[in-house]
Amino acid sequence: MAQNNIVEFNHVQKSYDGETLVVKDLNLHVERGEFLTLLGPSGSGKTTVLMMLAGFEVPTHGEILLNGTPINNVPPHKRGIGMVFQNYALFPHMTVAENLRFPLEVRKMSRADADKKVQRALDMVRLGNFGNRRPAQLSGGQQQRIAVARALVFDPELVLMDEPLGALDKNLREEMQFEIKHIHESLGVSVVYVTHDQSEALTMSNRIAVFEEGVIQQLAAPDQLYEEPRNAFVAYFIGENNRLRGRVKNVNGTSCTVELENQGGTVEALNINTGGQGSDTTLSLRPERVSVNPDANAVPNVFDARVEELIYLGDHIRTRVSVCGNDEFVIKIPNAQGHATIKKGENVRIGWAMEDCRALDA
Amino acid sequence: MAQAELTANAMTTADGTPLKVSLRRAMRRNKLIAFGLTAPLLLFILISFLMPIFDMAMRSVDNAAVPEAIPRTVQALEAWDGEGMPPDAAFAAMAADLKEGQKTRTIGQAATRLNYQESGMRSLIMKSARRIGQYEAPWKAALIDIDDDWEDPAVWKLIKRQSGAFTAAYYLNALDYTYNEEGEVVEQPEYRQIYQMLFVRTLWMSALITGLCLLLGFPVSYLLATLPARHSNLLMILVLLPFWTSLLVRTTSWIVMLQTEGVLNDILVWIGLISDDGRMQMIYNKIGTIVAMTQILLPFMILPLYSVMRGISPSYMRAARSLGANPLVAFWRVYVPQTVPGMGAGGILVFILAIGYYITPALVGGQSGQLISNYIAYHMQQSLNWGLAAAIGTILLGGVLVLYLIYNRIVGIDNMKLG
Repeated sequence: MAQNNIVEFNHVQKSYDGETLVVKDLNLHVERGEFLTLLGPSGSGKTTVLMMLAGFEVPTHGEILLNGTPINNVPPHKRGIGMVFQNYALFPHMTVAENLRFPLEVRKMSRADADKKVQRALDMVRLGNFGNRRPAQLSGGQQQRIAVARALVFDPELVLMDEPLGALDKNLREEMQFEIKHIHESLGVSVVYVTHDQSEALTMSNRIAVFEEGVIQQLAAPDQLYEEPRNAFVAYFIGENNRLRGRVKNVNGTSCTVELENQGGTVEALNINTGGQGSDTTLSLRPERVSVNPDANAVPNVFDARVEELIYLGDHIRTRVSVCGNDEFVIKIPNAQGHATIKKGENVRIGWAMEDCRALDA
Repeated sequence: MAQAELTANAMTTADGTPLKVSLRRAMRRNKLIAFGLTAPLLLFILISFLMPIFDMAMRSVDNAAVPEAIPRTVQALEAWDGEGMPPDAAFAAMAADLKEGQKTRTIGQAATRLNYQESGMRSLIMKSARRIGQYEAPWKAALIDIDDDWEDPAVWKLIKRQSGAFTAAYYLNALDYTYNEEGEVVEQPEYRQIYQMLFVRTLWMSALITGLCLLLGFPVSYLLATLPARHSNLLMILVLLPFWTSLLVRTTSWIVMLQTEGVLNDILVWIGLISDDGRMQMIYNKIGTIVAMTQILLPFMILPLYSVMRGISPSYMRAARSLGANPLVAFWRVYVPQTVPGMGAGGILVFILAIGYYITPALVGGQSGQLISNYIAYHMQQSLNWGLAAAIGTILLGGVLVLYLIYNRIVGIDNMKLG
């Protein structure tokens, strides 16, 4: 198993000022060929982790292994790791081809071989005819693709990407997500990707590490992360989420009964991450798992709700209701044939299954 | 393609007015406001900068003093072919001009002007003007009686040559050339040649000072741009400190440092690097000028370099290193090329300032450290040969413009970034 890991972080800590830890005891491995995303809000330590891996920051404590060898004392240019920067960092005084040839030139590759590789890399990102342009003459998306090509042109085993799509508009960003994903799949290169955009992370990754306050909150595949968040932060950060606060009344194996605050009633939920009977908890419930006017006795949790707001979003209707003393409760009603038609101000019954409601930490 | 088609059939607005006309109309108000705001400055520059320069340039070819003071002689000499002695009429005209000139006191200027061409002319003319009143016709004998130099055709040729309203003599003089007796352009005798050497010296010393400023300024600018704000602010104050000190104080403090009994020599003697008899002459020569001017002009190199360097994102260096370049290669191939606009701006600024620098070389330059501008000042203030000063100044201005054009051709002025 260990040989299959291209990168390992062992008990890595990082502090900039000697007072606070930006990264607290990080243990993480990246499998060969994997697309791993470090996801978190700004200041969560994810970029610091990337910079330590690239060699631009030194761990205060702990060890980083690349292919099983410690690299704490290896300077960045000897690590052989490709990197794509947030602002692309294409050298403005060189043409696109010169930019791509740069890593090959410093590796003393012959001109003919280098030119071949440069052309192949340009073709890979579908910009084969742009070699003689200057970076400033390219659009944001084209610059982005060149930056990816440059990070890959010297055939690194590992590529790091630091919020590479942050500067692009939404459509282009989605297009690039697929493009990067396809390049990753076709080359088999390992990728460590940093972003604060959860949909980007869900789209591209094999695994996602959710960072908050220098600690990995959860490391899991996208579907698992979305459907089975381990704590309230992950549930809140990944996807849309209804949060209901309450207190655990009693625990019954994998399930529990939760008394909601503000006399909101009692809810049957999965007991995932609570402190046991009598502890405070946050219930997490995805908006698309709530049904309107459910069949009687089909689900254990059924409540009366008042419709506060309806927002038409094409594929679904986002409905805000007040229920259980909470007026921020959101339901997604899919715009399918025969979907429930409700109006603002109406009273409806809503319900959800026990399995879709997760009792997490407070 | 689409662009070409659009420009081919001119666009019109909804009511059929050509789009360009309509746009121009819409922009007119803004243009007027912009012009109104800049007009005072334009006027000021015109009056205080462009007109004096034009006036100075005119002085470098102006020769009106001679034809105005001796109009009759000029007219009489027009017919003379320059062979042998001039006709008697010329002597008569000269006598009349001298009498008139003595009365109106305009003869002195012409005498000074002619003296630039040939020393002795001033005393000859002034003496003749004073005495001519006591003589009567025939004027040829009278003038020769006053001074037998009037018998020399060369004197007359000189007057004839300098009787035009314009002259190239100042320019020839400024380039170490002169007219010989036949009116041909020849080099000055060797002992009178100085300006070519001065121009060359000014150019290479300015180039050297620019190079030294770049060498010393680059690391400082780099530090300024990369240090955390707290430290870089302090460093910036140190860079700007000279601007808050008088130029004279800075220059004279170099005298204290560099003179033979000065601080630097004392230290060198004390640590035994040189003997007490072997104290080095580091001031009142080229070394003094170069050291003091480099120090004084350094901020003009540092500031544009700094402003360019601050705009270079550190991610470029990181990218270069992640691509496999060691720090030195990354610096040389990725960082330095991006600082070229700053080097160009700082270089041109320092070079142009150095080429016209005056006070510092005057104070610490001694004889061998004088630059061309010191001679312009000399001719303005001491010898009062403004025409020559103007000619040297105009050549200097032209030289700077040529260098500027060359720079533009090689580096491109658009590439320059002053801040």
